[in-house]
Amino acid sequence: MATNVYMEALSPTMEEGRVVKWHKRDGDPVKTGETLAEVETDKAVMDLVARADGVLRQVAAAEGQTVAVGSVVAVIASPGEPVGATVAAAPPPAPVPSGSGMRDAGGGMREAAGVTVAPADATRVKASPLAKRMAREAGVDLQLVTGSGPGGRVVKRDLEGAAPRASVPAAAPAVVESHPASRIPHPAPLGIPHPEVTGAPFEDVPLTQIRKTIAKRLAASLGPVPHFFLTTEVDMERASEAREALNKQLGDQGGGKVSFNDIIIKATAHALTKHPACNAWFQEDHIRYWHEVHIGMAVAVEDGLITPVIRNAERKSLADIGREAKELAEKARSRRLQPSEYTGSTFSVSNLGMFDIDQFTAVINPPEAGIIAVGSIVQKPVVVDGQLTPRRRMRITMSCDHRVIDGATGAAFLRTLKQMLENPLAMLL
Amino acid sequence: MATLTYRDALNQALREEMQRDPEVFLMGEEVGVYQGAYKVSRGLLEEFGPKRIVDTPIAELGFAGIGVGAAMAGLRPVIEFMTWNFAVLALDQIVNSAAKILYESGGQIPIPIVFRGPNGAALQLGAQHSQAWDSWLSHIPGLKVVAPATPADAKGLLKSAIRDNNPVMVLEGEMLYNLKGEVPEGEHLVPIGRADVKRPGRDVTFICHSKTVAVALKAAEQLAEREGASAEVLDLRSLRPLDEEAIVGSVAHTNRAVVIEEGWPHAGIGAQVVDIIQREAFDQLDAPVLRVTQADVPMPYNKQLERLAKPSADRVVAAARRVLYLD
Repeated sequence: MATNVYMEALSPTMEEGRVVKWHKRDGDPVKTGETLAEVETDKAVMDLVARADGVLRQVAAAEGQTVAVGSVVAVIASPGEPVGATVAAAPPPAPVPSGSGMRDAGGGMREAAGVTVAPADATRVKASPLAKRMAREAGVDLQLVTGSGPGGRVVKRDLEGAAPRASVPAAAPAVVESHPASRIPHPAPLGIPHPEVTGAPFEDVPLTQIRKTIAKRLAASLGPVPHFFLTTEVDMERASEAREALNKQLGDQGGGKVSFNDIIIKATAHALTKHPACNAWFQEDHIRYWHEVHIGMAVAVEDGLITPVIRNAERKSLADIGREAKELAEKARSRRLQPSEYTGSTFSVSNLGMFDIDQFTAVINPPEAGIIAVGSIVQKPVVVDGQLTPRRRMRITMSCDHRVIDGATGAAFLRTLKQMLENPLAMLL
Repeated sequence: MATLTYRDALNQALREEMQRDPEVFLMGEEVGVYQGAYKVSRGLLEEFGPKRIVDTPIAELGFAGIGVGAAMAGLRPVIEFMTWNFAVLALDQIVNSAAKILYESGGQIPIPIVFRGPNGAALQLGAQHSQAWDSWLSHIPGLKVVAPATPADAKGLLKSAIRDNNPVMVLEGEMLYNLKGEVPEGEHLVPIGRADVKRPGRDVTFICHSKTVAVALKAAEQLAEREGASAEVLDLRSLRPLDEEAIVGSVAHTNRAVVIEEGWPHAGIGAQVVDIIQREAFDQLDAPVLRVTQADVPMPYNKQLERLAKPSADRVVAAARRVLYLD
């Protein structure tokens, strides 16, 4: 007899689960207790294990798909036991080997095997019958359309105006690689895109279960943007030396000087490419992870402040950043900034070092997920190799939007930033 | 065109058909001297005399049986039930005689009879007197069932029912008798089995009949006001046979439907309509078809509970929002 594989309640409060990864594929032999799939609950990623020996069949939930607790996600059949091949007749019909005992979906074997109706196609897209017909007629691949109906159902409005083969780019989890754990030492940012995956300027990743829960709870506790703060002290000795050397060279060439702020912007942009989880926008029902780094630079103006943007800072040289920052700051002060010059930043830097501020916390510029607050560089007695030495030190504080960035995620980014500032040559790596 | 009440439109239909065909007669409780519990037969005793306007004792099974016998003998009886709630007592004659004699006589004996009266809930008449029999009667092969929502349809459908050679159940509404509307004079026949678009629309079809047509029209107005969505209101008019072509045509046009009826949800008229839609308009559907019905309970006597139990424009709008994916 075939055994249904249900989406089990893997946490006490779990109502639905997202299939992260199937460990077994349709047709694989499975043993009781073996992990069939990883399932993300509202709290963690758990294993869904086999409750019977046999062969996995009729996998009905695709990776990335969210399924209600109690739904049948697959079937474990005895080896050779015939179960219905496909329910959703996907043209062309799968060839049926003669003499294999397989019957067409309408055959009586399904009832005989005690199998409830479950779609066999793991890549099934939920769509209204009308949407399916419209997609067929327009030649649109439903896999590439983001459904706006209940449970992601593709409905008429999602296809209206869809040109043939030019549908909405998918936020399909299939194209999203999870980040190597070594780079983001935290289990939460599942599905954070690797920046090199596509050529698109950004990728919209649907909120995961845990992300939704965090977003809801933290927003409710701390106001619209739930901040938390991370502070570290950076040794700026080598950065200062490097700056002096660079400025000497630039001075000889007749160019402008590089400021500490330029170095911090460059280092921040560079560190963000290593920590894409922090280079993101919170967008209510999804998080937009940017593949480009646009640094907002807080500039004090007469009656307030504005944050002009250094676009693609990760790709610009220190000299370019210095020149651009200077231009933008001047434009800001003379109120000549165009809207395109102060919108679209993906992360911000606020520097009050020139005001002799040791450290402070900056308010996040929504929808960005983080901002670095930079204090002044001061000489301090520091123990280096057991010796008390004067060193130039600087405190930086990162404000994080907890809906996007978790403590460890932010800390890992900050550590990279600190390392880059303490050893500016690392930026060349 | 004259503006008439629903009750006077029925009266006109009866009068015209009795003038036209001497075989037509009216029989029921209080139809003669009292001129009908709801005054549908006003003036008819005076015009046609007691031989053709027949007062009966309170004995539904008896006079329904006399009617079936008269039809077998070649007359065209119109049997009035004071309400369809009382017709439950006569169901054996309706279901086992009227509906089956043509079949059981091998096609030799047609039963050209009309059973008519108010159906469904009025106001605070209690559980036993507030029932909609639409789906009960429509279930029976051999019967035709019509349920007009307007004075014009009331006249046109009753005239067609009287001329039909099969038993036709005419479901009227106590709350509709005072409804006014334009009614074509003279020979105005509404064919049985033909639905009618009472309001054209684009985004969702409200399928309804009898009293729920007014509910659907009100909901359509609210939907247009609040959501800017346009609802088509399709009045079934006939419950058996159903106008499949009109149902499928409208849904193919709007891609979404809400079916509204006075009766209970289980095995209701709406269930039959949904069956037609999923079978014949599957590829046209953009959302599951939803139903708005009476709550699945005996009708409460309490005024507030009764109001909540009945299909309302608010509930229709809520269902429309769901099929339009506005929630």
